[in-house]
Amino acid sequence: MKLLTHNLLSSHVRGVGPRGFPLRIQATEVRVSPVDFNPDFVTRMIPKMEWTALVEAAESLGHLSELPRELAEGYEKDEEFLRKVHHVLLEVEVVEGTLQCPESGRLFPISRGIPNMLLSDEEAAS
Amino acid sequence: MVHSAKSASMDNNNPNHPKLSKTEKKFLRKQTKARHTLLRHEGIESVSHATESLVIANGGLGNGVSRTQLLRVLERCGSVEALLMPPNKPYSFVRYRTKEESKRAYATLNGKEMVDDLGQNITLYLNFVEKVHWQGLRPPVLPPGLMIVEEIVSPEDEKMLLESIDWTDNSLGQNAQKSLKHRKVKHYGYEFRYDNNNVDKDKPLPGGLPDICNTILEKCLKEGHIKYFPDQLTVNQYEPGQGIPPHIDTHSAFENEIISLSLGAEIVMDFKHPDGYTVSVMLPQRSLLVMTGESRYLWTHGITPRKFDVIQASQRQKSGVITSDAGNLTLNKRRVRTSFTFRKVRRTPCDCSYPLFCDSQSCHQNETFPSFPENDKEASELEQEYVHRVYEEIAEHFSSTRHTPWPQIVAFLKALPKGSIVADIGCGNGKYLGLNKEIYMIGCDRSQNLIEICGERQFQAFVCDALTVPIRSETCDACISIAVIHHFATAERRLATLQELARLLRPGGRALIYVWAMEQEYNKQKSKYLKGSRDSDEKKEHFSSGVLASGPLGEQNPGTSNHDSVCSISAINDLTREEGSNANGVINSKLPVHINRTSFHSQDVLVPWHLKRGPTREKHSEPQKLKSDPVGLPDSTPIFHRYYHVFCEGELEAACRMLNNISIQQSYYDQGNWCVIFKKL
Repeated sequence: MKLLTHNLLSSHVRGVGPRGFPLRIQATEVRVSPVDFNPDFVTRMIPKMEWTALVEAAESLGHLSELPRELAEGYEKDEEFLRKVHHVLLEVEVVEGTLQCPESGRLFPISRGIPNMLLSDEEAAS
Repeated sequence: MVHSAKSASMDNNNPNHPKLSKTEKKFLRKQTKARHTLLRHEGIESVSHATESLVIANGGLGNGVSRTQLLRVLERCGSVEALLMPPNKPYSFVRYRTKEESKRAYATLNGKEMVDDLGQNITLYLNFVEKVHWQGLRPPVLPPGLMIVEEIVSPEDEKMLLESIDWTDNSLGQNAQKSLKHRKVKHYGYEFRYDNNNVDKDKPLPGGLPDICNTILEKCLKEGHIKYFPDQLTVNQYEPGQGIPPHIDTHSAFENEIISLSLGAEIVMDFKHPDGYTVSVMLPQRSLLVMTGESRYLWTHGITPRKFDVIQASQRQKSGVITSDAGNLTLNKRRVRTSFTFRKVRRTPCDCSYPLFCDSQSCHQNETFPSFPENDKEASELEQEYVHRVYEEIAEHFSSTRHTPWPQIVAFLKALPKGSIVADIGCGNGKYLGLNKEIYMIGCDRSQNLIEICGERQFQAFVCDALTVPIRSETCDACISIAVIHHFATAERRLATLQELARLLRPGGRALIYVWAMEQEYNKQKSKYLKGSRDSDEKKEHFSSGVLASGPLGEQNPGTSNHDSVCSISAINDLTREEGSNANGVINSKLPVHINRTSFHSQDVLVPWHLKRGPTREKHSEPQKLKSDPVGLPDSTPIFHRYYHVFCEGELEAACRMLNNISIQQSYYDQGNWCVIFKKL
């Protein structure tokens, strides 16, 4: 699970609503695998991200990579910054661990990079 | 042999209900309406005087009436000569032997209710017709799996083979040779017993097959017409005027391949599909008929007892289908024909794809197959057992058949702006996830095993249900849902998945949805699913899909309501029904099992999957535990049944229209699927 994916995920346990975001990561194995840098792609992704959640997730994995807490103006021209974001969004991956719903505490396992977000009928019922 | 003999029950229990004149008027109005719509929309002209043939409005496959049910009703009025049920049409034609019988049917059945396949009452409207439109409903092609090899033997060999049969020699015992009512027969290898239509598998006849057959059989093997050397031979001799009733060779008695040599003369053999259409095929003298697959397991074959055959004037004795081109037909006088039919005795239960027609598989049916779900809990359980668990079991084989992305889906993904975030809900093995490097795609599926395949391919994927997707709202620029929603067992649940897709989209974002269509033939084009060959898995099953709750409306009039509007109305009815009760009042109706590569006769079906296991995963799966695995015999390929709700024209759109935050941008038919693109407002 890349951190870009993590930034899109949210707990869907019944009744938690927007408070299900962001999921807390507890990682027992993190992998960094190189991905070709595409500044245009990263620039387009940044406005779609919940920035604070991204920074916190990176930090919790020990891969903050000098990301600023706040987005600065004109970042699209700052290649050094875009490279850092690229690294955090696409190269850092959680291989083993859990995701935890911040509201209900429900744990979702991550195994071989794949989160299992299945709920029981009772947990999901609306 | 399964002889499709029809019982000509003549007991006429005329109900003679006194009718109110108001009801009578209403019924007359409806009958007239039915007549007009048949004329206007189908070009079927009815006549006011009595004939042998009737058109039965509402008594069609298109509105859920099965052949057996209708026959049962029709045969109460007399002996049915022919019943034609065109696929997907809400009417059928019946021809009685005499006018007396057809008049009795008209008097008894017109305006009468019968119970259809889903347990609903439907009202039949009958009108006499002069000419029955038997033709032009099916293009004249050979039944799938049927092949004719011309001149397989030389005239010299033919003579030798014919002379080798000594009809006076009775040394193999009385039973091995018989003069049946309509033909002479002789058996070798094993005796075929006409009492149980099977062979005594542990009682081979002494001497086996005649040596003289070896050359021809070896030739057949070498040329690939057969895979196994046969061990049973039946020689039939037909005088002009003789024949053999339509039958399917007992599935459990013989293997897939049945071959038959035509010696001494040519003959026309009739093949009949359970839907009612017949294909007459010329079997030339010295030709070999090869029946495999559908033609062997699903179609009946027989020879009409008569002294002349109607054949194609321009083709004469060439092999092939006899078309109904009235300008090109002539009569061919029959001569004595001797057939050598070679079969291989089956040692394991039959595992064909036609369980409804299979004596090896039929005993499992009623015990195992689930009923239509009556509430959300039952729907969830049905999906659990007949969708989720099945995909977990078949994941590897399923994935190996899913490699070709569909062009219009590829086009949708490629046209998305760079940097789009796209969710594939129900991504399967992820065949769409890596198509466009300029977008960010995430996939999810209910099947852990399929998602693991995505993981191995380095795609971003996770396990979840399409009813509750763990993605925050309004984050996706686009969503796709390909062959997913048809697996949900109620209209409410299908609608909920659409709602969920809409929730994920940002305003302006678009969703592309594909579901399997009830109509596998559209604008006179057959889908690849119908056309595809049985051994190509990719074509065989591009999709997995779901259920049928909403059948035809009770008083559906074939003229006023076309297929789609009926279905969409019932889809909505289904949505507004009360919790816990089925809109149609269907109680405990078993889900029908679909026959692969045929038209759908019901919207809610179980679709068989014949599992081919890779050698590596054997340890991993224990299908015997599954309720959905009725044929878990050690030597056979396990068959799994997946639940699908196949969508009628307009039904997917109608469901999308129930959402108030989207607008439909495009709606189309693509190779047996209904497709919608909608935009979040």
